Amino acid sequence: MTIKNMIEKANKKALQRMADVQPILVDIDLAINVVPGMEKRTIFHAGPPIEWERMSGPTKGAIAGILVYEGLANTIEEGYTLAASGEINFDSNHDHDTVGPMTGITAPHQPVFILEDPKTKSNAYCTLNEGRGKVLRFGGWSDDVLARLNWMRDTLAPTLRKAIIHSKGINVKAIISESLHQGDEAHNRNRSGTYLFLGEITPHLLDTADSSQVKEVFQFIKENADIFNLNLSMPHSKLIADAARDIDYCPLMVAMARNGTDIGIQVSGLGRKWFTSPATMVEGLYFPGYTADDACPDLGDSTISEVIGIGGFAMAASPAIVSFVGGAASEAVSRTERMYEITEGKNKSFTIPILDFKGTPTGVDIRRVVELNETPLINTGIAHKEAGIGQIGAGLTAAPIEMFNDALRAFGVKYLK
Amino acid sequence: MDTQIDKLLSNGPKVVNIGLHSFFEAAKAQGIPTVHIKWEPPAQGNQELLHLLNELL
Repeated sequence: MTIKNMIEKANKKALQRMADVQPILVDIDLAINVVPGMEKRTIFHAGPPIEWERMSGPTKGAIAGILVYEGLANTIEEGYTLAASGEINFDSNHDHDTVGPMTGITAPHQPVFILEDPKTKSNAYCTLNEGRGKVLRFGGWSDDVLARLNWMRDTLAPTLRKAIIHSKGINVKAIISESLHQGDEAHNRNRSGTYLFLGEITPHLLDTADSSQVKEVFQFIKENADIFNLNLSMPHSKLIADAARDIDYCPLMVAMARNGTDIGIQVSGLGRKWFTSPATMVEGLYFPGYTADDACPDLGDSTISEVIGIGGFAMAASPAIVSFVGGAASEAVSRTERMYEITEGKNKSFTIPILDFKGTPTGVDIRRVVELNETPLINTGIAHKEAGIGQIGAGLTAAPIEMFNDALRAFGVKYLK
Repeated sequence: MDTQIDKLLSNGPKVVNIGLHSFFEAAKAQGIPTVHIKWEPPAQGNQELLHLLNELL
């Protein structure tokens, strides 16, 4: 068998494994109880691994803040000092079966959604979404941010947990699939997915919580409907992408993530190695009072969406997204169409009504990316480059080509004997 | 009978631009009906990467 045949076979195997995964929401627990490698003085972050000194402003701010939440620092200033002291272990979410939006901070006593594939018993984890405005994941910090995080741990998570366990599991893939038919692309527009989730969980909330708790939880999710489901969509995508890992001769991308300083990818046939480039700037729409000069480079694990064929790859399903990230509705369609050029197949689970229910482009092949100099398109939120401020806009960017070139070189070294 | 060149001179050109986007912009700015086709040399013409792609793709 030629190497080209072996690659073709490997790619088919990867797509089949991705198609077979059924990410089910089975539980919520504190990260320290379930996330592999999580310890008392450990913090995981979005993107490829990075040392404290090189971290972006919002990432540093979110870490300093979460150290206050964890009770390891009394003030945000103490949080900065402790984080810089070398006493805290930092690592990439992705290398611990976890993902997180924007700074992606995951700390020991934050509650995380637990998703499981019933067939393989594999898991993926993600914190619960805080909503919009001044929030930790964008590097925002204030007494309100801390109070919200405490409420999420003490009220939101335990209430949802009882309902999730009572439900015996909620199929997140079915929610995402349907949400694409209702105008979401499941990265920056999650409104339909959130309401579909509410539809699934509400009967169980009513069976397991008192009416005041139900009202409080329902109100929070409803107020944050455009973003709440992202933190279910992301671990769902992580579980699917991880199924395609570690297949010899497979040149498909299985992770793409940014830490606000670097963007990195991992490739199925190349193990856990990160290939990185400097993170790009995002072109987009800014909230009043902010400009591109205020922006932090691209940030977050949420590009796990594009890895499995949703988000920027499914923009044709979500013409309404352009009112948030910029551009014209016709561009949403052409952006999806461009991604078929660099992907292995069409996703049977995620279809696009306006393209005659064609499956979304899925399985980015680094060979095609390098050949065409066409890199994955990303739509994303924009954080302020300084800590403490939070989200200032949203927009579009494309991954840089250099890390794909490096990955192809490594692929050649490993497989061309 | 008008030749092709007569028709071109009297009716003006219709342009299919391949590659350089600035040529497309220039034609469009002059009001010439133009469509653009994105094209560039494979792997941006990088010989090392082209050699790898010949083996792998």
